[in-house]
Amino acid sequence: MSILINLVIGLLFGVGLVISGMSDPAKVLNFLDVFGTWDPSLAFVMGGAVIVAFIGYRFVLKRDKPLLADRFHLPTRTDIDSRILIGPAIFGIGWGLGGFCPGPALTALSLGAIGTLAFVPAMLIGMWGARMIGALPQPRRA
Amino acid sequence: MTEFTPLASLAGGALIGLSAVLLMAFEGRIAGISGIAGRLLPPYEDAGFRSRLAFVIGLIAAPLAYGFATGAPVTQTVSSNVAMMVAAGLLVGFGSVYGNGCTSGHGVCGLSRLSARSLVATIVFMATAFFTVFVTRHVL
Repeated sequence: MSILINLVIGLLFGVGLVISGMSDPAKVLNFLDVFGTWDPSLAFVMGGAVIVAFIGYRFVLKRDKPLLADRFHLPTRTDIDSRILIGPAIFGIGWGLGGFCPGPALTALSLGAIGTLAFVPAMLIGMWGARMIGALPQPRRA
Repeated sequence: MTEFTPLASLAGGALIGLSAVLLMAFEGRIAGISGIAGRLLPPYEDAGFRSRLAFVIGLIAAPLAYGFATGAPVTQTVSSNVAMMVAAGLLVGFGSVYGNGCTSGHGVCGLSRLSARSLVATIVFMATAFFTVFVTRHVL
């Protein structure tokens, strides 16, 4: 059951990316090019997604638990450590170079562009590297 | 140039938001693609591998399903500079997992939860992305 539900939810997410135009890196790069060929569409994607999720989460999180799991797995950390600055800084540089973030890159895979086929395996290697570092014992916080 | 598409982008964004709400309702999880895809790679810490894989398969199948349903081909322009795309992929993969989230996990889900960490992350990746495009398109 969980597998089928996840398949449908992933499909919905991907169709959202396609309809919104975000599976096209050119549209993302033009959003980031304020001083050039600016295309503000990405702000509308974020806006639409955040409004729906903000309202939807209010209702969902009032429940005792999810429909298919024992509890909600919500991030609990609130501190601003170096990883929350360094990680996004590195991610943003890659995003600005290729115009792909992880979701659109995976969604674009079946369209078979050479750039996508180069990007996705590299992205998975990068993810694996970060996970291996994450698995190492972390330095004790002062 | 790409065409400014406020309505389609708003509608597509709403679908992404709906997907995030459904994942929370059914699985109690954040719809962060870097988290979902990253946890398909070792080290494995919990069950749920097959569910995450199903989510990613749905994501990958989306343009095919969309094309099949509407008859409209999905158009895109991807750089064919392989070396740059490999570098971009490494940075995106490493940075998003190291920083615990990407555009979806921090940008959509985190902001919707009014998370200060996600707000900081979103401001930082937007800033470096804007800066990178400025440099590559207007300086170099």
